[in-house]
Amino acid sequence: MSSRVLMTGNDAAAEGAIRAGCRCYFGYPITPQNELIAYMAKHMPDRGRVFIQSESELAAISMVYGSAATGIRAMTSSSSPGISLKQEGISYLAAARLPSVIVNVQRGGPGLGGIEPSQGDYFQAVKGGGHGDYHMIVLAPDSVQEMHDLTAEAFDLADRYRTPVMVLADGRIGQMMEPIRLREEQREFPAKPWALTGARNRKPRIVRSLFVEEGALEKLNRELQAQYRLIEREEVRFEELLTSDCSVLVAAWGTCARVAKSAIRKARAAGLAAGLLRPITVWPFPTQRLAQLAETVKAILVVEMNSGQMLEDVRLAVNGRVPVHFQGFLGSRIPSETEILTAIRNLSPASAPGRRKPRKSHAPQKPA
Amino acid sequence: MPPKNPRKLYRRPAALADVPMHYCVGCGHSLIHKVLAEVLDELAIADRTIGVAPVGCAVFAYNYLNCDMSEAAHGRTPAVATGIKRARPDSIVFSYQGDGDLAAIGLAETLHAANRGENITVIFINNTVYGMTGGQMAPTTLIGQKTATSPHGRFAETMGYPLRMCELIDTLVRPHYIERVALDGPRNVLRAKRALTLAFQAQMNGRGYSFVEILSACPTYFRLSPLDSLKFVGKEMADYFPARLFRNNGESVHA
Ligand SMILES: Cc1ncc(C[n+]2csc(CCOP(=O)(O)OP(=O)(O)O)c2C)c(N)n1
Ligand code: SF4
Repeated sequence: MSSRVLMTGNDAAAEGAIRAGCRCYFGYPITPQNELIAYMAKHMPDRGRVFIQSESELAAISMVYGSAATGIRAMTSSSSPGISLKQEGISYLAAARLPSVIVNVQRGGPGLGGIEPSQGDYFQAVKGGGHGDYHMIVLAPDSVQEMHDLTAEAFDLADRYRTPVMVLADGRIGQMMEPIRLREEQREFPAKPWALTGARNRKPRIVRSLFVEEGALEKLNRELQAQYRLIEREEVRFEELLTSDCSVLVAAWGTCARVAKSAIRKARAAGLAAGLLRPITVWPFPTQRLAQLAETVKAILVVEMNSGQMLEDVRLAVNGRVPVHFQGFLGSRIPSETEILTAIRNLSPASAPGRRKPRKSHAPQKPA
Repeated sequence: MPPKNPRKLYRRPAALADVPMHYCVGCGHSLIHKVLAEVLDELAIADRTIGVAPVGCAVFAYNYLNCDMSEAAHGRTPAVATGIKRARPDSIVFSYQGDGDLAAIGLAETLHAANRGENITVIFINNTVYGMTGGQMAPTTLIGQKTATSPHGRFAETMGYPLRMCELIDTLVRPHYIERVALDGPRNVLRAKRALTLAFQAQMNGRGYSFVEILSACPTYFRLSPLDSLKFVGKEMADYFPARLFRNNGESVHA
């Protein structure tokens, strides 16, 4: 089988793309994804593939658009401020139905923000981001292995549904190192009977996002929406940890889910019935599974490195069945295990064995 | 009496689709499409050509040319062309752009594609205005020229001078072929055709970036008759934007 190697998340994503048959990479430097563009600069030309350091993210995403229009696999990567510039092109990719992969190694914002990890781009990624009525599939890795695998799988999803797919990581996952198992090189790719290849012995093809003929735009939007419903049915992915008997369910994605996993193990050791639901696709969101879990748990705790973005999707899914609490970390601070453990403890039913009495300052104040 | 063996002197180029065009009467775009289609036919490259249409009046070029076509976001046209060409180096790739697309919102993409020496052909239609959005000022609007957004004329003090794109691109090392032609009469239509032919030939021979600027009429927003528009192209426009060869075989050609 394939070998195990020690890699950063950014390198692992790059190598995943290469092994998935990515033929063209276009990018513009920005911290904390610089390892990714440097890896591509080094390894794409070596393998006879295309690497361009573009003049901007606007240009990079449009280069992806051009390459993807010819039917080959193409990608770009960036971090939050650069992803904002890519929104123009992502909207065009969605409209023109061009399969493509975008990696966002998030940093703090708004504005230039900071270079530390953040989850502040959740809304931008899962609610559309650019103009118009579209979605893209958004995959949220929580390990270096997943940076590798999900980036590779993003290309298959993109081809299957003719849609842009985003890998939504953060600076922590991008820059940490872990041993990973490398994938096999993909050698077979789906046919693309819509691609621009030169109109030899066939009618000319057009890749466009302008639909001004009577009814054409509505038709496109209906097709897009039908495709999104199909994706919602087929592609929801999540990981569960100890949910069968849990009373406090933690919902977290990416880096926060990673920390939550160890907090939950500690909680279990202390006799608290905690569990985790980690969306791997943040769009499509595991709405149904959350709704089911909401029937059995006593409380849900959402942990994010933002002010409560996935929180809104959780609340929509739970629809008031059970209280949803939030623990947010702003300013690019990664939560500690202890902080999440404390929050679990405070939400655990009083009867739970091993539950310590909350300290006075943490106890909810009842009106006198 | 009709001649015995009538010789067909003109036929619609095969690369030009047989559909009505939406352009205004006297618009340069329709003429340039025809010339471009003739060149694609004569070089026998239409079946391996991929064109990129701009955002502007020529956005529907994809309906008028019988070759594979893509559309681009406004100004990103040369970036899309770059992506296509790098992915499929055997195809012939051109971008077709107005002055807003090429010289304003897409100026960075224009200069960097030229600077990298992408092996593509850029066809630049300079009509000194934004046609599609209603005749606003373009980066190429002449000093004193009235537009929707320079109602009292373009003032250099606040709006700068019109950008001369051939001259700008001629400062770069990599471009192989740069020429400006004025589409103001039959003789210059033939010059435009020759320039496009040389530009595509350069690409076919793998010589790198070629750029053809065509001074072109927009009677609607010149607010002139089609004939007077051609005079404006040949006189006022060509005075400021000299129609000549700037670079051939990678070497600057001095005026
Ligand atoms: C991002 C963006 N900004 C603005 C527009 C509106 N817009 C459409 S065409 C155009 C200008 C076109 O002018 P030009 O490139 O000179 O081409 P022409 O129509 O004169 O041929 C503008 C500003 C747009 N489509 N997209
Ligand atoms: S507005 Fe000007 S550029 Fe546009 S079609 Fe009419 S004449 Fe041509």
